[in-house]
Amino acid sequence: MTQEYRVLLEHADKINPESAADYIQVGGYKGLEKAHSMNPRDLTDEVKKSGLRGRGGAGFNAGMKWSFVPQYPETKYVVCNFDEGEPGTYKDRIICQKNAQALLEGMAICGHAIGSNNGYIYCRGEYPFVVEMLKNAIGNAKESGALGEFNIEVRMGAGAYVCGEETALIESIEGHRGEPRFKPPFPGVEGLWRMPTVVNNVETFACLPYIMTNGADWFAGIGAKSYPGTKVLTLTGDIENPTYFEVPTDYLLRDVIYELGGGVKGGKKLKAVQVGGTSGAFIPPQNLDTPIDFDSMGAIGAALGSGAVFVMDESRDIVDIINRIAKFFEHESCGQCTPCREGTFRCKEIMERINTGRGSLKDIENLKVLARIMQKASLCGLGQAAPIPITSTLEHFEYEYLRKLV
Amino acid sequence: MDIKLTIDGKEIEVPQGTMLLEACRKAGADIPTFCYDPDLKLAGSCRMCVVQPKGWRNLVASCVTPAQNGMVIETESPDVVEARKVVLELMLARHKLTCHTCEKDGECNLQDYCYRYGVTESRFAGKVHNLFKDDSNPFIERDYDKCVMCTRCVRACEEITGARAINVMDRGHHAHIATAYDGNLEDSPCVFCGQCIMVCPVGALTSKIAAGQGKPAQNDKVLTTCTYCGTGCTLELNVKNDKIVGVTSNRDAEWSPVNRGALCVKGRFGWDFVNSPERLTTPLIKENGEFRPASWDEALDLAAEKIKGIKEKYGPDSLSMFSSARVTNEENYLAQKLMRAAIGSNNVDHCARL
Ligand SMILES: Cc1cc2nc3c(=O)[nH]c(=O)nc-3n(C[C@H](O)[C@H](O)[C@H](O)COP(=O)(O)O)c2cc1C
Ligand code: SF4
Ligand code: SF4
Ligand code: SF4
Ligand code: SF4
Repeated sequence: MTQEYRVLLEHADKINPESAADYIQVGGYKGLEKAHSMNPRDLTDEVKKSGLRGRGGAGFNAGMKWSFVPQYPETKYVVCNFDEGEPGTYKDRIICQKNAQALLEGMAICGHAIGSNNGYIYCRGEYPFVVEMLKNAIGNAKESGALGEFNIEVRMGAGAYVCGEETALIESIEGHRGEPRFKPPFPGVEGLWRMPTVVNNVETFACLPYIMTNGADWFAGIGAKSYPGTKVLTLTGDIENPTYFEVPTDYLLRDVIYELGGGVKGGKKLKAVQVGGTSGAFIPPQNLDTPIDFDSMGAIGAALGSGAVFVMDESRDIVDIINRIAKFFEHESCGQCTPCREGTFRCKEIMERINTGRGSLKDIENLKVLARIMQKASLCGLGQAAPIPITSTLEHFEYEYLRKLV
Repeated sequence: MDIKLTIDGKEIEVPQGTMLLEACRKAGADIPTFCYDPDLKLAGSCRMCVVQPKGWRNLVASCVTPAQNGMVIETESPDVVEARKVVLELMLARHKLTCHTCEKDGECNLQDYCYRYGVTESRFAGKVHNLFKDDSNPFIERDYDKCVMCTRCVRACEEITGARAINVMDRGHHAHIATAYDGNLEDSPCVFCGQCIMVCPVGALTSKIAAGQGKPAQNDKVLTTCTYCGTGCTLELNVKNDKIVGVTSNRDAEWSPVNRGALCVKGRFGWDFVNSPERLTTPLIKENGEFRPASWDEALDLAAEKIKGIKEKYGPDSLSMFSSARVTNEENYLAQKLMRAAIGSNNVDHCARL
């Protein structure tokens, strides 16, 4: 199969995303209706059964996450992670701009499952124009009565990548420094203002109306068994069609690049592809025949992450790219824990040294030690994942490093 | 409910909810920490206390990881030791390593742990900060080139003193401790209590008043009660060659039950008058308009005799006593007792009411 399979984006550009009425015309808000007819536990079980796993990067079963939320506290929160900070990723923006009502409906479905009428959307600071649109969409849905009692407020980030990490995001909504909390406690038990909170990605929420309308089994039957459904991918880099696609999750990485993507730009040879954003592993051409789903990517030491696909042609300088990535993480570390605060800075220093021809074998050795400890001992996913581009290129493209040493 | 786990091969039982750090220490393991402080909110950020749960992919910070039933923990596995060494090396890479002149020499966590893990220099040496803060205040030296960013000072300032004078500024490697807008302490809500010095695990925060007079680690420590007010805080006098050269805190609730180490600016920094040549060291008796030194017996006898004389001549209510907020509760109790029982007057008052 080399075609797109559009579920979330089926009506893209054909409906006005701000209009609840438009959305209802194409079958919208039926899922929420069905959800309301179920008791919360059955609803959660239905979502669990669909196999829907988080689209924000960690791939956790959504229904399972909801089931950890305790019943008794009166105040709980549904938070949508629309921080979308991964460079090269813009799929959540596309979903909002094309199908915002599905996101709102999905959040309300989750609200019914956990017993909450309080929704927040945390939007990336660089998307002020989407915030306007979302606010209109929320206003319209509230007016039409489609959301029932469920309320949604939009909060904006200020450009920090780490605020996409769910607990840093919560701190940020609370008005604090964007620093991740240690876990446990997980947000499901102690989240926003220390109350039980579900944090899910935009795409995760937007899948829910379709799961409710078409049934869990229908969803579970799409794409890869262990990570079913569709995935919206964004292609960047040296590619003929640098745009977005929605594909079933068993879609091959090779087809993403050579079918939908139209191949490497200018007919050049492929050197590497990085999937999942800046912290993704660099995948060499020999691994292209891998399905893009979470577990298949994991099996080749990569990660689906946010679904960004960054293509590099044969002329690209891997070490230079890694140097830039190291700069990115040095800039984005929140500075809380030692391995990441100091480690990202020293990684950048060492990479700069190697990239400018002043590095030695000793530097590479030290880089490996540092990467190992950052992965094992950092407080949050940022520091744990930051060295992955380094370790994966040292594995697959070591010669590029070696030829730059003194 | 108790849970069972194995730590370094030893089976132990702890109550549900116990953090691994406590469980490990209970099992006899010596877990190094920088950011952990039993009196402050948990941070889990220095990553020095990492331990290895069997079968887990990553190491965990034991201070913030609850013990789970059946866990098998190693506290000094090769991975743990490597991680701790790297954490130390990362700290050293930006550290102004001047132990020989450092006030903290001898009781510094960074120094002790580097010694313990044999870390002499850092494989990650490179650019260093210039964060030394030339803060003009008379009390606290802020040398952030020795800071390990444990944020204990920030938490102590907020949670113990409630001043919220300092916090973390900037991000990543540029993160550092600062007052609002990175100014001087004097222009912040700082009350110069020195709780930040008390909790700092390294020599980043030290007393300017005690500087250069003897490293606290080498001084004799004498516990006493502060004479400034009736709260009765325990002070830890630093004594060298029979001279008070500084005040530090004893945080042990048993020795410092009133204040658990917390002090105010007077107790922590206002002790140098003790060594002043102008201080009165004996009672003085005024004769013919001139003071002359006297012994305590002589002075007390004279006072008693005069008081008695006044009482006999004019009655007990012609006498009154003003006591001081600077003496302890117990001494104030004795003072009113003396007045009521021995002299027979209720004319007792206290300077704090004037
Ligand atoms: C450094 C860092 C950045 C992250 N950024 C995002 C992000 O931009 N968007 C997102 O949905 N999840 C992001 N995550 C993942 C979230 O922490 C969280 O797992 C996710 O929002 C859960 O939603 P899901 O289960 O629906 O995927 C990030 C995680 C880390 C460690
Ligand atoms: S890993 Fe990095 S971003 Fe995460 S808490 Fe530590 S310093 Fe902050
Ligand atoms: S803070 Fe500790 S390690 Fe640093 S100079 Fe002082 S004694 Fe040495
Ligand atoms: S001296 Fe006291 S008030 Fe001032 S910064 Fe330190 S802890 Fe805060
Ligand atoms: S000044 Fe001391 S207490 Fe404060 S963060 Fe630095 S090392 Fe920790």
